Amino acid sequence: MLEPVNVSLESLNLMTLSPMLIPIIGALMIIVVDLFKSGLDKTLYVMLSLLFLVMDFGAILESAGAFAQNGTIMGIFDVMLIDGLAILSQLIIVGASMLFIPLALTSKRFHEFSYPEFFALFLFMISGFQFMVATDNLILVFVGLETSSLALYTLIAMHNRDKSFEAAVKYFTMGALAAGFYSFGAMVFYALTGSVEINQIASVLAANKYADIGYVLIGVTFMLASFGFKLSLVPFHTWAPDIYEGASASMAGFMSIVPKIAAFIVAMRIFEFLIHSGVVWLEVILYIFVVVTMTAANIWALVQTDVKRMLAYSSISHAGFVMAAILIGTTQSNSALFLYWALFTFTNLGSFSMLWISRQKHIPAHQSSDHSYNKFAGMVRTAPVAASIMALFMLSLAGIPPFALFWGKLYMIASAVSGGYTVLALIMALNSAIAGYYYLKLIVYMFMLDPVKGADEHVFTNNASLSLRTIIGLAAVGTIFAFIAVNPLLEFITAFVYNSGY
Amino acid sequence: MLDNILSILIFFPALAAMFGFVIHKDSARAYGISVAFIELALSLLLWFSFDSNASGMQFMEQLPLVPAFGINYILGVDGISLFIIILASFFTLIGIASLTETKNVKNMIITLLFLQMTMVGVFAALDAIVFYVFWELSLVPMLYIIGAWGGPLRIYASIKFFLYTFTGSLVMLVGMLFMAYFYYQATGVWSFAILDWYRLILPETFQLWLFGAFFVGFAIKVPMFPFHTWLPYAHGQAPTIGSVILAAILLKMGTYAFIRFSLPMFPDASVFFMFPIAIIAIIMIIYTAMVAYAQEDIKQVVAYSSVSHMGVIILGTFALNVEGITGSIFLMIAHGVVSGALFLLVGVIYDRRHTKMMSEFGGLASVMPRYATIFGLMLMASVGMPLTINFVGEFLSLLGFYKQSHILTLLAGAAIIVGAIYMLAAYKKMFFGKVTNEKNRNLPDVNKRELLALIPLSIITIWLGVYPKPILEPINNSVESIVQLMHDKSITEEAKSRIPNLIEGIEITKTSTQGAH
Repeated sequence: MLEPVNVSLESLNLMTLSPMLIPIIGALMIIVVDLFKSGLDKTLYVMLSLLFLVMDFGAILESAGAFAQNGTIMGIFDVMLIDGLAILSQLIIVGASMLFIPLALTSKRFHEFSYPEFFALFLFMISGFQFMVATDNLILVFVGLETSSLALYTLIAMHNRDKSFEAAVKYFTMGALAAGFYSFGAMVFYALTGSVEINQIASVLAANKYADIGYVLIGVTFMLASFGFKLSLVPFHTWAPDIYEGASASMAGFMSIVPKIAAFIVAMRIFEFLIHSGVVWLEVILYIFVVVTMTAANIWALVQTDVKRMLAYSSISHAGFVMAAILIGTTQSNSALFLYWALFTFTNLGSFSMLWISRQKHIPAHQSSDHSYNKFAGMVRTAPVAASIMALFMLSLAGIPPFALFWGKLYMIASAVSGGYTVLALIMALNSAIAGYYYLKLIVYMFMLDPVKGADEHVFTNNASLSLRTIIGLAAVGTIFAFIAVNPLLEFITAFVYNSGY
Repeated sequence: MLDNILSILIFFPALAAMFGFVIHKDSARAYGISVAFIELALSLLLWFSFDSNASGMQFMEQLPLVPAFGINYILGVDGISLFIIILASFFTLIGIASLTETKNVKNMIITLLFLQMTMVGVFAALDAIVFYVFWELSLVPMLYIIGAWGGPLRIYASIKFFLYTFTGSLVMLVGMLFMAYFYYQATGVWSFAILDWYRLILPETFQLWLFGAFFVGFAIKVPMFPFHTWLPYAHGQAPTIGSVILAAILLKMGTYAFIRFSLPMFPDASVFFMFPIAIIAIIMIIYTAMVAYAQEDIKQVVAYSSVSHMGVIILGTFALNVEGITGSIFLMIAHGVVSGALFLLVGVIYDRRHTKMMSEFGGLASVMPRYATIFGLMLMASVGMPLTINFVGEFLSLLGFYKQSHILTLLAGAAIIVGAIYMLAAYKKMFFGKVTNEKNRNLPDVNKRELLALIPLSIITIWLGVYPKPILEPINNSVESIVQLMHDKSITEEAKSRIPNLIEGIEITKTSTQGAH
């Protein structure tokens, strides 16, 4: 005879779900609207998505307020975990998405935006990422991961270029492999500890003093491989440049920011307790990953002929740089991760948007690809403002002060210094110098070379519309005036990270 | 207004540069001159309200920037930085005024004004991060000036310039972060304020490592042998204005930073590295002088001679006593005036003939007598003739180092004679003899606009050579306090004996001056 299970609704703490439910409701609503009347304009869907994202942002801010007062909130049988990391990363995810979605309002018509499914999938994807970061439970992480990844594959494929299909299929296969690795790693941990909750796993492992270290390492290896794919760490990075090239520039910018922060959070939750409990092998292997990812990606970026591929390699390198935070594992370094990523959001979204507004329908003869370097030659003559803004983003990515990313780099290297990783700090600094070259290369093309003969002068703002200009303006203002925002941002982030015990 | 005069000095040119985008391109030069003139007037106002008898920082300003991480916007000047700031605003004015026909002149002037902001900022900053911000930011306008207006190899030269300095300064940044971390460990608060760092006494091994990290950044900027290879390219390809600003101001950032950071923060390490650095400096003086002798391009001669003189500045700095450091700061200003003027003079002849090869010239003295006179004067100053500005600086630098080592000083002194040889040889090739090249026969002499730039420089060269006291005295006061700080802070016996204790030292100099009267 089964006992009826009595669970009071209050103990479920359903409010913890509200930030994730809002985009899901939004997505369903977009589909319903399409059922009633099809063929509506993309502006409607963009604005609907934006509205739901704003509400989502508001809901997260509300839980941030609750966290600041009462500390970590658990809900739904303790599956949901709303701590500082979850809140900060959700703020970045939803904030970046709010900046991304207006990029659909281009002046040229693009195939994918005419489908309402694009926006519905987009919102589903956001809720998937939110689930990923706001839980301690390996199964829910998996569900979130798959929801978001499947939506993302489709979003890439909807861009109407030959390479987009190739990119989507490539991403799909790689993603499936990563998911396989992930589930296998989770399985090993479950077999070892009988739990899928990370904090349970940690306490069980600590209780038996890592007796089964061999199995732990197997689990860690699979997890590392899986996150290596998601974060595009070298040598699991090979998909990234092709997929960035195949996806639309705006989508590529989005991919370089949002999926990665979600994966960083999960990696932080899993790897940091392992490093702190003295799994030296993991520390060594992460060290190698960090250094190789930063350096190798930088060197590949030097030889690219296409700006978008260069930015793809550059964002791999940035991911390696930020991965160092997880290796160092102090409160300062974890705060640096969020600071870096918040600032990186502005700069990188800005630079990809600059590529997006110069997107042509057909590639002229002198260009080898959509955004080859020589397309930008002599840009300062024809579009001085656009060239200056692009140069600003490049300088910020290179870490020239006082622009946004400099502060991220500064704080990250400082955390390496105070965490005792002297050599790592030097490698990080020198990598910024290598990176300086390829960002500079674009500046040289724009400012110092003559335009290619017969090039279309209006190409640089070909695709611009008021909303795209607004987004780029926001990104530029954020990049220039970051020095004002750094202090409040840093205090906010440090308080949240510290109070979540990281 | 005087309370915020340093902020005004920094951000006035930047603001003006922003407004400059609106100015019509035909009026851009007049706009640039007006702005630079106001800036010079402001910097002179700074000098007149500066208290020459005080040794500490004056006109301090402080604003929190990232207080959570100890970064504050702190500004201040003392006798060391004051005159370099004035020099920077003076040379921006002269540079804009002497600008010849350039394409995109409006972009050039806006860039120069931004560059001026970064130059003043570097010398006024008293917070390491603020210093670093301006230090790095100064690369961008210079990159653009060389890369957009330079010679045929301009892109290579500009990127080499940028990457070299950028790499060096990133290593320096790591050093700064370590310094802040040590300060945090000692006091429990993060701080990047230089004056706070002065109070921190570090163990010798830490000093050595940190000195090394800062050294990489500064030595590349100076540039010291063997990191100097970017400079001849940069000078060779840069337009006249670029070379002038680079030689007169930007290189001084490195030597200034040695005095502002390395010496007072790491006195023991400075003593430890005194002889290695002195040897590098002497190699720099001799080697570049010899290379200069082998050049056929007059601009390269001036460029290498400029590196050679930077060696004397370094030597004076690492004498670690009042005479040497005062001399080296004075020589920074002298070198700025003289090599800036020489680059301007090379620019004059280049505008007329579009070549810088000495073999193309000869007998110019009879064609362009005024030009030859001014060139001759600057050349005499450059080789360090008494009664010119360079002499005072070189003499004091060498005198300072003589107290540390006789032999090395003799070597350096001998090298200055080599300097005289190549400069005179170059002068002979260009100006004496008969006019052999027909193209030179009807060259016009310097015109009014060029004289406007060159005459003030000539006056300063002689005035400060004859009567250096108005500048020397404030410098001396600030240097004395730094040397005293170094002496008090140093922990090893070696350092205590090498760095003089001025509490007695001041009295000796006073009695000796009284004796002279």
